[in-house]
Amino acid sequence: MGMTMTEKLLAAHAGLPAVKAGDLIEAKLDLVLGNDVTTPVAVGVFEEAGFDRVFDKDKIAIVLDHYTPCKDIKSAELCKIARDFARRHHITHFYDVGRVGIEHALLPEQGIVAPGDLIIGADSHTCTYGALGAFSTGVGSTDMAAGMASGLNWFKVPAAIQVVLKGHLRPFVSGKDIILHLIGRIGVDGALYRSLEFTGEGVHDLSMDDRFTIANMAIEAGGKNGIFPVDEKTIEYVTGRVHRPWTVYEADPDAVYERVVEIDLDTLEPTVALPHLPSNTKTVREVAGLPIDQVVIGSCTNGRISDMRIAASILKGRKVAEGVRCIVIPATQQVYMDCITEGLTQIFIDAGCAVSTPTCGPCLGGHMGCMCAGERAVTTTNRNFVGRMGHVRSEVILASPAVAAASAVKGCVAAPDAL
Amino acid sequence: MVTGKVYKYGDNVDTDVIIPARYLNAPSPEELAKHCMEDIDPAFAGKVQPGDIMVGGANFGCGSSREHAPIAIRACGVRCVIAASFARIFYRNAINIGFPILECPEAAAAIQSGDQVSVDFDTGVIVDETTGARFQATAFPPFIQGIIREGGLLPYLKNKLNA
Repeated sequence: MGMTMTEKLLAAHAGLPAVKAGDLIEAKLDLVLGNDVTTPVAVGVFEEAGFDRVFDKDKIAIVLDHYTPCKDIKSAELCKIARDFARRHHITHFYDVGRVGIEHALLPEQGIVAPGDLIIGADSHTCTYGALGAFSTGVGSTDMAAGMASGLNWFKVPAAIQVVLKGHLRPFVSGKDIILHLIGRIGVDGALYRSLEFTGEGVHDLSMDDRFTIANMAIEAGGKNGIFPVDEKTIEYVTGRVHRPWTVYEADPDAVYERVVEIDLDTLEPTVALPHLPSNTKTVREVAGLPIDQVVIGSCTNGRISDMRIAASILKGRKVAEGVRCIVIPATQQVYMDCITEGLTQIFIDAGCAVSTPTCGPCLGGHMGCMCAGERAVTTTNRNFVGRMGHVRSEVILASPAVAAASAVKGCVAAPDAL
Repeated sequence: MVTGKVYKYGDNVDTDVIIPARYLNAPSPEELAKHCMEDIDPAFAGKVQPGDIMVGGANFGCGSSREHAPIAIRACGVRCVIAASFARIFYRNAINIGFPILECPEAAAAIQSGDQVSVDFDTGVIVDETTGARFQATAFPPFIQGIIREGGLLPYLKNKLNA
């Protein structure tokens, strides 16, 4: 019986010739990640258990991105716990304010994650790195502590759902629309405990940034991981960034999938998810005209340079509608700098946007854009749960950067080609 | 074996309502407990008693990886969570901190808020004392039973590394 890409990668890291869905395995980790919310809890668990050294200082990443630059004293205290730990253990990949970016944009950009890696991160969107052909999954702080101590963790080999992308995307339709459409079709628990394995001719058309966006939101369908095949675009992306050998895994032709979902890219339309679940999807056409108070363009889902470029292409020479606040947050320092050198920052500011240093801030209702009761936002983030961006009676509509930018200009949910 | 009063919620109870992100900078489990379930049941933290049981529908604990979610529920005094299914990170986190969770769609559907329910963790048998109904939850595989028996993932790992 053949193996999926995920099964092959897990088998190799467990030192086994083969694994199948449902097997419980212990596997070696290539990277363990934490942020300023989850690392302090992991540090407590690590120290309480009496560990005094990490398994490998080069295979741990600590990224202070959620409440930074610190929004209050409590957040500053959490950062201090993580910072002191990173210094004490000489963590190579430690990122603090001034160098920090949003973890899931930063790690691929800096070449810290590579094809074939097995990565755990104490952040649910760790599944992003599946775009590179890695197995990466979100875990909790105790898992992070265990991973930092031992370089090992336990996994249940997931059953797989194959997602076949057919055809070609139309203008203003992006990876975000693909993943929102998929979640709308299979539900927020449609891939529960499962891997999402993306294949099909349509994959090769997708930019790496689109693939990151899609893999990033695998968790919003309940998925354990999302994974893409490694092709020329992947190799081009990692070449020059990753300075160590990597491994390319391919699914066997007779790999077993529990379910196959086909998506026709030719007919896919700009898609949004209405409150309060990412599966509550509609096409933009169906809900155009819903009035909004705020737009957020950024996050680990859509804060990369191609997201900034498409948003700027729509905002160029236009103004954010009166009564709407548009907050643009490039995900990393590199993206921020590219926005400046490419003239995008000027376009954003001319249009009336607030442009911020990298932070997760508004996505989780942390800071930099919380909403009060009765307010509604179109955002390029990943969750629209009750209270996600502030008050329990505020509303978040998830969308692509193109739709978010168009909505900022129109002051309501709007299609990019309606301008 | 534990017996407690049930607080029941629906499908897709997410980690943002279990413990909203605005409280994630709270320094202690006790502080987190004060805000547990605040965004779907503001009265919960004030009325829950030690030994009570939480029941949810499908995909309980979906969303963020915050271990603060099972920590907050446990710190409220809740003794276990029964659900039709759990989101996988919540499931791992609960096991890793040694907090019992039981997957049982039949029990999750039948049990009502306010019922007295008893749970036997060794056998996975759930009894609704109010109605007399009896349910069998999915048993943990032996590997995970080992983690729970040793009090969580870290003690388990420590014993293993020292062995």
